[in-house]
Amino acid sequence: MSKKDSEYLINRKDNQYEVVIGLEVHAQVLSKSKLFSTSATKFGAEPNTQVSLVDAAFPGMLPVINEFCVKQAIKTGIGLSAKINNRSVFDRKNYFYADLPQGYQISQFKDPIVGEGKVILDMPNGQKEVGIERLHLEQDAGKSIHDLDPQNTFVDLNRSGVALMEIVSKPDLRSPDEVNAYIKKLRSIMRYLGTCDGNMQEGSLRADVNVSVRPKGSKEFGTRCEIKNVNSIKFMQMAIEYEANRQVDLIEEGKTIDQETRLFDTKKNETRSMRSKEDAHDYRYFPDPDLLPLEVSEKFIEELKNDIPELPDDKKKRFIEEFKLSSYEANILVSDIDTAKYFEEVVAKMGKNKDIKLAVNWITGELFAVLNSKGLEISQSPVSAKNFAILINLIKNGTISGKIAKTVFELMIDGDKDPQTIVEEKGLKQQSDPKALEALIDKIINDNREKAIEYKQGKEKLFGFFVGQAMKASGGKANPQLINEILKKKL
Amino acid sequence: MSDITKQSLTELIENIKNKKLSSTDVTKAFIDRSEKSEELNAYITNDFTSALDKAKKFDQKPNLDLKLPGIPMAVKDLFCTKNIKTTAGSKILNNFVPTYESTVTENIWNEGAILLGKLNCDEFAMGSSNETSFFGNVQSPIDKNLVPGGSSGGSASAVAGQLTPVTIGTDTGGSIRQPASFTGTVGLKPTYGSCSRYGIVAFASSLDQAGPMAQNVRDCALLQEVISSYDPKDSTSINFKRNHYSKELTNNIKGKKIGIPKEYRVDGMPKEIEDLWQKGIQYIKDCGAETIDISLPNTSYALPTYYIVAPAEASSNLARYDGVKYGFRAKGENLIDMYEKTRSEGFGAEVQRRIMIGTYVLSSGYYDAYYLKAQKVRKLIKNDFDEAYKKVDAILTPSTPSSAFKIGEKTNDPVSMYLNDIFTVPVNLAGLPGISIPAGHDSKGYPLGLQIIGKAFDEQNILNIAYAMEEKINFKNKITDWWIK
Repeated sequence: MSKKDSEYLINRKDNQYEVVIGLEVHAQVLSKSKLFSTSATKFGAEPNTQVSLVDAAFPGMLPVINEFCVKQAIKTGIGLSAKINNRSVFDRKNYFYADLPQGYQISQFKDPIVGEGKVILDMPNGQKEVGIERLHLEQDAGKSIHDLDPQNTFVDLNRSGVALMEIVSKPDLRSPDEVNAYIKKLRSIMRYLGTCDGNMQEGSLRADVNVSVRPKGSKEFGTRCEIKNVNSIKFMQMAIEYEANRQVDLIEEGKTIDQETRLFDTKKNETRSMRSKEDAHDYRYFPDPDLLPLEVSEKFIEELKNDIPELPDDKKKRFIEEFKLSSYEANILVSDIDTAKYFEEVVAKMGKNKDIKLAVNWITGELFAVLNSKGLEISQSPVSAKNFAILINLIKNGTISGKIAKTVFELMIDGDKDPQTIVEEKGLKQQSDPKALEALIDKIINDNREKAIEYKQGKEKLFGFFVGQAMKASGGKANPQLINEILKKKL
Repeated sequence: MSDITKQSLTELIENIKNKKLSSTDVTKAFIDRSEKSEELNAYITNDFTSALDKAKKFDQKPNLDLKLPGIPMAVKDLFCTKNIKTTAGSKILNNFVPTYESTVTENIWNEGAILLGKLNCDEFAMGSSNETSFFGNVQSPIDKNLVPGGSSGGSASAVAGQLTPVTIGTDTGGSIRQPASFTGTVGLKPTYGSCSRYGIVAFASSLDQAGPMAQNVRDCALLQEVISSYDPKDSTSINFKRNHYSKELTNNIKGKKIGIPKEYRVDGMPKEIEDLWQKGIQYIKDCGAETIDISLPNTSYALPTYYIVAPAEASSNLARYDGVKYGFRAKGENLIDMYEKTRSEGFGAEVQRRIMIGTYVLSSGYYDAYYLKAQKVRKLIKNDFDEAYKKVDAILTPSTPSSAFKIGEKTNDPVSMYLNDIFTVPVNLAGLPGISIPAGHDSKGYPLGLQIIGKAFDEQNILNIAYAMEEKINFKNKITDWWIK
């Protein structure tokens, strides 16, 4: 494998292969109730406690569209710069399974609610645009549990009928890294919009991954395989890597690739055939006669557009312009909405005389380190944005040094204490009184006369020794800048 | 007591309101007659004991402002009734007891009516003779071994046989109008979207519609007034201004223009049907209305279109009966085996036939040629009616191409059975209201019906035309009580 020019290629003898990837992401709509019923959607509830007669497909029960879910899908479409279709149709996808109570899934086949759009990825070698083919609304199925009883399968219908958005990308992705960036960007956009919580552990975001390979430079697509239902970015990347290599090996051996659906075995790190094209289900899609076509007016869409918050791309642009941040810094701050929120709150609380650069360094440095070590999200940060801003201001106005600030920060973590109080209580205030520092330095020079002479004779590295002595004598509280200035003058 | 069951719904309500009869008197009378009528096999489940309790309760504190004060009523077993077994005439729902009530029946009980029991029907409403029911065929009160029609055969038999004052059926391709025609009763299929489908076991969702069946047009109008309502629980329910159909009922149809579609003069139609139709045209004229020859050019495609659309939807609607959640389950080696056994044993032959037809026409490779084409033709059929209604206010046709046939006569010839619906299916495909009224007898003395088709939401108009014609026809049903020993 080579990553020259950050191009992801698979190398065999004299041949190089490019990998072509398209994703079908299933994102659970953030909604209190299901797509066609009023049952709750809370994660982790006791089995079969969030099931209505509609979800369990009792005779004579009918689906009624949840307007909120429709709004969420349209908002997501807007976030993907996509065309919103004024008319979309719900179809039935027919197949039998124990956790599919209706015997069909209500989905959108020919006429999805959202059409073509795009997502911009920030890759190390620049931006990359990934096309969105469509976004449609559909119901989730229930869950079959096979390992509770040796004889029987149990079925939990809590998920049955939960609204999903299926977001289909164009085959524009070319590497596991791009897939990583793409999923993170989708997740970021949806979290900004509040349309999906993006929680992969809880299954709110999963994907079917389509992989094909072709000789480098070829314009034609190879035969693709679809890897079903992968639920973490890491697994997606591993599955792609395995699958691409498998396909390349087949080609190199002169064999053909069968179009098929495959499963990724996370334990063995390999994909396995699930069913071939010949065995593919005939889903007998047809418009659901229980539901009328979904019509949304331009006015309805416009109203939702007014509701759209600043999205990551725009926020990034603004951060760069308004706060003079680098593209890299801006990316880190905007990629997660909660980080962006925290940062903006810190900026607001810092007041007029603010040092944004310093705040950014402290957020991405000290704060991220603490969150990481404690396994917390920034929304659960033990230090509030308000106190964080005060700390940055204390550094900025010279009340404490950066070094002391680290001590203060550690004390703040326990109970979100006000840094001002900590500084006062612990007497950590920086010594910035020139007279006091001069006296302190005079004493050090006096005590180390020989070294002072050596310095004057040209042994310049001894300057650091005097700074160290001064800091030590002040208990670390001396203003380092002043110490420098005074030392230069006195020596 | 016996003459109570001979009274019309309107008379019974009047007598209860005037305190000449109590709900208990009326309920008892219909229960007695129902119990004596087991040979008709009209009921799948009776609820007589609690019906009597409810009647007594009603009489203790009668609310006479209701539209159906203390009126007992049996309903087709396709309507889900809370805590009362609901089978849809199928083995697969043989043990199914809903925890909920259909909107249509809820509307009925809310107006003071009392459930007598659940009436037999073709399995999942698929049939035209009530011979596909898992619970056996229904006898017509008209004659022994005569079919009452279907799929609302139990309902037709129960109304004609006076086991219930009125009833409700469902009509997907003629399942109210054809049995009404076969039993000398009145049956209305309302405009699609008039009556909620919530809680009705689905056959073909885009065609199914509940409707009233009665001894006369006025009773039918009153029951339609009760059952029709806008229901947010049914996404295809339509919010339009509903008339007080019984209050606004009038026999004045002077100046109305009634279309006579030439395409309904089908090959091989018995002369007595043609004669009946001519008689109907004369009655229309006698009422001061005008008849106009019209054309509905795509009529001949209606039946094949219907037998693609309806099975397609049914094949999907019936997928939920899989033995997993409720109803009948056969033991199987594994999931697929369980499905196959459950559905093979749980569904009867006609239902299986339609599931197979429906699965076939939706299959990839056949979808465009069948389902999609059928949808296009359906649109053309609707357009035919739209064109016609630029010139006429309603359309008059025979209800069926023949009178009732003998039990077993057509069971081995599904196509001949399907032809029963030739005059009724276009109305479902176009989503229009249609009413069948008894208009005469054939040479064997069996009833024959005429159908009046209206514009969408124009139930009042066709009820008025039916009401005016009913007066002129003065039909008398020949019920000999042959089944009562």
